Amino acid sequence: MNKLDTNYKNTWCPGCGNFGILVAFKNAILNEDLNKMAIVSGIGCHAKIVDYINVNSFYSLHGRGIPAAEGIKLANPEMKVIAFSGDGDSLDEGISHLIHAAKRNADITVILHNNRLFALTTGQFTAVSIEGFKGKSTPMGAPESPLNPLELMLASNATFIARSYSGNIKHLEETFKRAIAHKGFSIVEVIEPCVSFLNTTEFYNKATYVLKDDKLESREEALKKIREWNYEENGEKIPLGVFYEVSKESFCERVLINKKEETVEQVLEELI
Amino acid sequence: MKDFTILVGGQAGQGSRKAGLVIAKILNSLGYRIFIYDDYQSLIRGGHSFSKIRVSDKKVEGQSEQVDYIIALDQLTVDKHLKDLKESGIVIFNSDKVIFDKGLGVNSEVIAKEEGGSLIMANTAMISAFAKTIGIDFELLKNVFQKEFKKGLDVNLKIAERVYLEVEEKTKTEKLDNKILPLITGNEALALGATKAGLDIYYAYPMTPATSILHFLAEHKLGVETIQLENEISVIIAALGSAYAGKRSMVGTSGGGFALMTEGISFATIAEIPVVIVNSQRTGPATGVPTYSGQSDLNFILNAGHGDIVKFTIAPSNASECYEWGGRTLNLAWKYQTPAVVLIDKEISESTFNLEINTKIEQENNSLWNQEGDYRRYEITDNGISPLAFPGNGVVVKTTSYEHDQNGLTAEESEEDITAMQEKRLRKFESMQEEVDNMEDAIKIFGKKDSKNILVTFGSSTSPSIEAAENFDLKVVQIIVMEPFPIIQVTEAIGEDATNVICVEQNALGQLASLLSKNGIEANELILKYSSRALQKGEIEDLLKEIL
Repeated sequence: MNKLDTNYKNTWCPGCGNFGILVAFKNAILNEDLNKMAIVSGIGCHAKIVDYINVNSFYSLHGRGIPAAEGIKLANPEMKVIAFSGDGDSLDEGISHLIHAAKRNADITVILHNNRLFALTTGQFTAVSIEGFKGKSTPMGAPESPLNPLELMLASNATFIARSYSGNIKHLEETFKRAIAHKGFSIVEVIEPCVSFLNTTEFYNKATYVLKDDKLESREEALKKIREWNYEENGEKIPLGVFYEVSKESFCERVLINKKEETVEQVLEELI
Repeated sequence: MKDFTILVGGQAGQGSRKAGLVIAKILNSLGYRIFIYDDYQSLIRGGHSFSKIRVSDKKVEGQSEQVDYIIALDQLTVDKHLKDLKESGIVIFNSDKVIFDKGLGVNSEVIAKEEGGSLIMANTAMISAFAKTIGIDFELLKNVFQKEFKKGLDVNLKIAERVYLEVEEKTKTEKLDNKILPLITGNEALALGATKAGLDIYYAYPMTPATSILHFLAEHKLGVETIQLENEISVIIAALGSAYAGKRSMVGTSGGGFALMTEGISFATIAEIPVVIVNSQRTGPATGVPTYSGQSDLNFILNAGHGDIVKFTIAPSNASECYEWGGRTLNLAWKYQTPAVVLIDKEISESTFNLEINTKIEQENNSLWNQEGDYRRYEITDNGISPLAFPGNGVVVKTTSYEHDQNGLTAEESEEDITAMQEKRLRKFESMQEEVDNMEDAIKIFGKKDSKNILVTFGSSTSPSIEAAENFDLKVVQIIVMEPFPIIQVTEAIGEDATNVICVEQNALGQLASLLSKNGIEANELILKYSSRALQKGEIEDLLKEIL
């Protein structure tokens, strides 16, 4: 047994994309100081990952992994904090937290498991499902068109934006390492099939290709890369890679300023 | 006994609150006891704002209905409040804005301008006119100004001096032999008490009447980080994240924000994460009457969160109790690794009191892991408390919103594990109940101790109840710890042969009476107020005349 494993029984479906994420993540953190790391999850299939890794973990509520991660980081800025999330988790229930964490450059890494539906509740559409997706709640097809989550992240001033694919473990591992090393807010969207409700394996295997790093500081270039695939399934190519990376003061650096310069007794003295 | 009230009013933006505070500070420095009620509407400019400063030679912690002085910056102040002025009362008014045929008119705005000041400095002229009227020494006025007006001190002093010379002294105000006490709002006192108990981080989303906790902690460098987040959900969850990482966290809101936080209460209960939530009530339901008071969140607070939950709910009634229980509640939350609510309301949060510190508050660390052997976050123990360790300290700490085994891993399959963990928490709830059973000051008793007529009350209904009880020789039982319920103390205090058990509370359903009833104590009368304005001693007295 790897020191990173718990002996907890894995309950993902055989062939689930999450296995790729689990393997790649464990590889990515092998050389990290695990005592100074905390992993966080919301609720959903993605979230079970915290039970499978023997690292400090905070298994939060649905949609609420990101604020928990921010709270951990603010309490102990020495920790590396990684929040696993899902598309239902952070693009539906907790989307406001995702936007604000990116906007304030919270010093956390978000790994967004994007299988493009609610899987643990047995298959309903999410914010990134294809229009017309026939889930149990929309037998006539989902009435909304999908959101491009990385475009949203760029608009929210995220300082590290990447996409990877659960079927490309080497790329995943490299991307995770870079995201964790980034100071400030980093997000890695991991597109993955849901073998039970939306098996996109074949499509993703064909459509994905790895982009080389290019003009990572350019918003315009990032937008082009991000818009190359608009979450449809009509023969487009899906770029993987780091699309955008800039350096900016992190939220912890900006906000943790309240030095202890006065005592309660001094304040009370002033109030006389 | 000396007990008088000054009402200072004007439009929002005219500085009536500041004027009231300066007057209070002047009288406070002479040893008088002070209570200031601040009244304002949900707007930034215009409208009508006023402060009522009650001044006494003995402790005062609530308003009086009638006033002895009206200081009017605008016409509305006279028009609205003249009915509350005692016959012997005096109106001091800004004659540039107010037409009135009696009292003392001071052309405050003209004077402010002539002395090189701005329009808002008319309030300085009014302060000075009042101070001279009641025979305050100018040197004293000057001292207080030096502390209170950091900007524009010279101009303010020029205005004050000119008015002081023009106005006639009507009475003398003696210096008293009392110890001078700080003047502080309930919110500020609560923040300081929590700070004494080791508060590290305060998270909030602005919401009246809790907002000034955030402002106060942000303004002072007490070593407490203040973080404003996008909504109350992120506020409570981030606080839980910080507590998991070992930092003492508190959040503050009012009923509407608390509603959003309830999922966090449920989470904190199963995950056993300490957090203090301040809920300062305003008039509900929903947006209600947002800048006014009430006590209608009690049922909701006691029942917040899905699942089997016992937490602490503590209801202080004034600044001194806010200071004490701000600290004690934080310590309790950490001792029992539980959410704990401090339940106050607008009347406590935003009113200004004299602070008396009777209990030493310091950080207590009593459920920390001793660093021996293997660590299990949710170790099964006799008292239900599992030793607490934090990430970063050499052991793996796993916490979760799922039901879990002792290691903090999800327990869905084993009925045995699930039952064992629920029962561990049940034993912890019993330990919490024992803690309250042994707390002599979970309730307070006032008035005539052997009276068979008993007022039962909590929070801001306490002070007017104590004052009303004096004239009727009643006993007053103030419940401070509302959950776990101090049944032993309350049962003993009320006794078995009470003639009247009268609940005094500021809501429409009699929520305190319901709480008593749930604990086997039946109130036979209710004194309720739900008009959004604070309950007054006189109103209680009128109803008592009917009941007794």
